[in-house]
Amino acid sequence: MMGRMLGVGLLSLGLLAGCAQTPALRGTGDMGVVIERATGTVQVVEHSGRTRLGSVPGLGDLSHAHVTYSRDARYAFVFGRDGGLTKVDLLTQRIVKRVIQAGNSIGGSVSQDGRLVVAQNYQPGGIKAFDAETLELVSEVPAEYAPGQFSKVVGLADVPGQKFVYALFEAGEIWVTDFTDPRQPRTTRYPAGKQPYDGLVTPDGRYFMAGLFGEDGIALLDLWHPEKGVRKILDGYGRGEEKLPVYKMPHLRGWAMAGGFAFLPAIGRHEVLVVDTRTWTEAARVPVKGQPVFVMARPDGRQVWVNFAFPDNGWVQVIDTPTREVVKTLAPGKAVLHMEFTPRGDEVWVSARDDNKVTVFDTASFEVRQTLPATAPSGIFFSHRAARIGF
Amino acid sequence: MAVDRSLWVHVVVLLGVAAVAATAQAEPAAARQKELVNMVRQDCGSCHGLTLQGGLGPALLPSDLKGKPAESLVATVMMGRPGTAMPGWAPFMSEQEAEWIVARLMQGFPPVAQQLESSK
Repeated sequence: MMGRMLGVGLLSLGLLAGCAQTPALRGTGDMGVVIERATGTVQVVEHSGRTRLGSVPGLGDLSHAHVTYSRDARYAFVFGRDGGLTKVDLLTQRIVKRVIQAGNSIGGSVSQDGRLVVAQNYQPGGIKAFDAETLELVSEVPAEYAPGQFSKVVGLADVPGQKFVYALFEAGEIWVTDFTDPRQPRTTRYPAGKQPYDGLVTPDGRYFMAGLFGEDGIALLDLWHPEKGVRKILDGYGRGEEKLPVYKMPHLRGWAMAGGFAFLPAIGRHEVLVVDTRTWTEAARVPVKGQPVFVMARPDGRQVWVNFAFPDNGWVQVIDTPTREVVKTLAPGKAVLHMEFTPRGDEVWVSARDDNKVTVFDTASFEVRQTLPATAPSGIFFSHRAARIGF
Repeated sequence: MAVDRSLWVHVVVLLGVAAVAATAQAEPAAARQKELVNMVRQDCGSCHGLTLQGGLGPALLPSDLKGKPAESLVATVMMGRPGTAMPGWAPFMSEQEAEWIVARLMQGFPPVAQQLESSK
């Protein structure tokens, strides 16, 4: 009798707890997170009504945080600078699982089949593959480019065939690792050039590019024909001109491909480089207000939005891609760190770290649609990244 | 009007000179210290990490800087280090301010004010 009553009591407790945890039915396609870098928190947001839905604290050091999404777009994998990898449930706004997987990390990516989440690390240099369900370590590839010498890994991108492509800063190489057998990854190495600082892959997953800090130029690897090796493009684009000091490394991920042309940040110059992707040669340069950090195309490719390194980080400029002219200059606040377009590009969310706000702009009229408070916001990551190669 | 304007210019210049004289041998003013702390944590932090434990650039914790001559660290802050990604910050601070930053780094750098407030 007592036992049965206790059982019923436990059952109803369980039901109550279940009710408290079960979120209202909704899709995740319009959801995302905003990184609050100084407090180790992410805000969960939705972009249909432009609101904040909740906050998830306890994510550690989120300076240079990156977020990638599970295949079902329900879970955000948050990579912290301190090596923390946290799986956050967008619907319940809770941490599902958290591991400290490295001493110093800058991001990661999800495999083509959605089963692996791979982290790229500075310390110890290399990549690590985790089970996307449980975050258990599956395998790792140390970036040991010479006996006892490890490189920082930058620019990791997931590409078709269960592969990941990334660049090694000290080694000056591009590596391609195949996780078809997740416990026995196979790696191929390609010489790339001096000090690759970031990388990107074209939306079709075919071309991987690594920006070079130590020389003028970009290393290009055609993943349909990797046997041809790395080709140097835009070789010496600033030859003979003195480079400006670089106060923040540009980011290539989230870069811009528009109308057959790639728009890329020029390093150490107040310019956006325009590259013809049929020939991989320079087509034009667009003068802008400062050294570009993010150069991002609106999803339809008609506009390219650019933010800048310190001390010009209070501005955002919009380039019209057919005319390659700046058509709008905005001042969204102090220390603009990141921009994220809604999936079809009607709006863009812009974070201003030192003004503690996120501003939502209409991309057609440039009018402010909403301002959301956030504590030192940096990256903004919407869930549609779940379905994109190289995000 | 013209007299008024030039008078104001004089007052402003004198105030400026007084401010510089007051701080030349001492610490930066409190408001400027806050700016410098924010700059180190956030902008230097782009490469060295918000917690200064390193990133693309090396770690800048007291244990990392121990035994390094302060003058050469100040020179690196001001002029950068050729052949590396370290730029010179001379356009954004004075030599005294760089000395103040290096001294703080060697002791353990203070957190950003805003970070303190929001963590309460």
